[in-house]
Amino acid sequence: MHMSVRQISIFLQNTKGRLAEVTGLLAARGINIRALSLADTADFGVLRIIVGDPDACLAALKTSGIIAQVTEVLAVEIEDKPGGLSRVLAALDAAGLNVEYMYAYVEKTRDNAIVICKVDDRQHAMRVLEENGIGTLSADALKAL
Amino acid sequence: MIWNPDFEALSRPAMTRLQGERLGRLVDVLYRRVPFYCAKMQDRGVRPQDVQGVCDIRKLPFTTKDEMRDVYPYGLLAVGLPDIVEIHTSSGTTGKPVVDAYTRADIEVWAEVMARTLAAGGTTRHDIVQNAYGYGLFTGGLGVHYGARKIGATVIPISGGNTKRQLAILRDFKSTVLTCTPSYSLYLAEAAREEGLDLGTVGLKAGFFGAEPWSQSMREEIQDTLHALAIDIYGLTEIIGPGVAAECEHQDGLHICEDHFYPEIIDPATGDVLPDGEKGELVITTLTKEGTPLLRYRTRDITYLDRSPCVCGRTTARMHRVLGRTDDMLIIRGVNVFPSQIEEIILKVDGVEPHYQLVVERRDQLDELEVQVEMTEKMFSDEIRGLEKMEHTMEANLYASLNIHTRVKLVEPKSIARSEGKAKRIIDKRLL
Repeated sequence: MHMSVRQISIFLQNTKGRLAEVTGLLAARGINIRALSLADTADFGVLRIIVGDPDACLAALKTSGIIAQVTEVLAVEIEDKPGGLSRVLAALDAAGLNVEYMYAYVEKTRDNAIVICKVDDRQHAMRVLEENGIGTLSADALKAL
Repeated sequence: MIWNPDFEALSRPAMTRLQGERLGRLVDVLYRRVPFYCAKMQDRGVRPQDVQGVCDIRKLPFTTKDEMRDVYPYGLLAVGLPDIVEIHTSSGTTGKPVVDAYTRADIEVWAEVMARTLAAGGTTRHDIVQNAYGYGLFTGGLGVHYGARKIGATVIPISGGNTKRQLAILRDFKSTVLTCTPSYSLYLAEAAREEGLDLGTVGLKAGFFGAEPWSQSMREEIQDTLHALAIDIYGLTEIIGPGVAAECEHQDGLHICEDHFYPEIIDPATGDVLPDGEKGELVITTLTKEGTPLLRYRTRDITYLDRSPCVCGRTTARMHRVLGRTDDMLIIRGVNVFPSQIEEIILKVDGVEPHYQLVVERRDQLDELEVQVEMTEKMFSDEIRGLEKMEHTMEANLYASLNIHTRVKLVEPKSIARSEGKAKRIIDKRLL
């Protein structure tokens, strides 16, 4: 089954302690961060996280006046050996798809690694990955790990 | 609706004649009763008989805010204290306050010009006016109060602040008219959203906003949010308070109550009177005031005049929405910049709200202007590139219009201090 995963993207000002405040807020609500990436400039950053319950997470952030939104991303299975990631990227590149960003998903004991991947054309990317025998995980499958 | 067509739609020759007569009487009174003005006129070698018509106003001296402070508190009184029925003062945040003392007739004029103001935006005796201007020494609260009472509308004198109660009153009493500063109206709307109340559905039909400069984009934002006409009103404590000028429903310049307040535009550097249509400092003479009349008061507000008749039927001179202040003006690397110009430009980017702040610093002898803009849900995108592009677009637009390099910085919502009165837009860290 090929499905996308809902990532929460959060706008953060680049000030001392801000990241700690936001993660603290999520901790207080019992929201577990399963994967994250932080992209930043000198002024601000965008924190991207994968959590078990995106809706609850979004609601918690909005109540605190934090700007956040849901972004649909792919959770791609990668063979945990040299060349695993390269094969995925080569397939996407050959199809003319652009990877906007990607980051690793933290999981425990499994044969395959997982990367969270944002592409410009998600539907097309899912088709390409399927044709190349590369698996993606649904939100439920990810949650069950 | 035109409250008083006899004066608001007077022909130009009749208005000029009326202004001339009133100016003559005023000069006579000031010369005889106010030593401050007698001395100033003597310094310039002008006697009351030299003023035969309103065109002679150029012979008369200006009055500045500093001069008003020098003669604080009673130095400008043109009547005895027993004839004064009410006193207001400015906040005095930048020095000694300036004093406005009203006789009974002055209060009647105030009610009249505020009735004109409120009627010009459509207020009638059927309206419920939620007056969120501060009551007290500040002229906003009582000025609106007197005008609304004169019209016969229902006034709710809630005064400024206490946002939760403002929202409860709006919802429960179904106020149809809101009066407050423009930034506070947006603050109210934001607070309403947080409480799950859509201000667009409470039935407001008009808002009368003044006491701080705002822009056309901010007006559109307010009108979209409140689903009500946003009318710009103008006034200042020194002259009378609100009621000096106001837009009509066509929103094409503010009609000045010229039969009471004679307007001129001058070059702030030379004091020369400028022709209609040219930008400069607004100067006002109080033609009918009894308590503390002023000759050619320099408002420090930058605008221009249009004396062509308006489609609404009024013939009074219109002033363009205040473009800035001669003292609010920032000089960045020699370029004059008003916060209102910056606001106009940044609001053109989709989703941007008028929550911004200007920070000026001097590094290596060069001025640097940082424009902090609060992020909104509508502006946010997951991609850094898109957000940086938004900053760069605003920087490029600012450069194209103002010819200055700025640094636009997106900041988190609510990180810029909200005010319930005048918004603080500028932080100048330069040690000049």
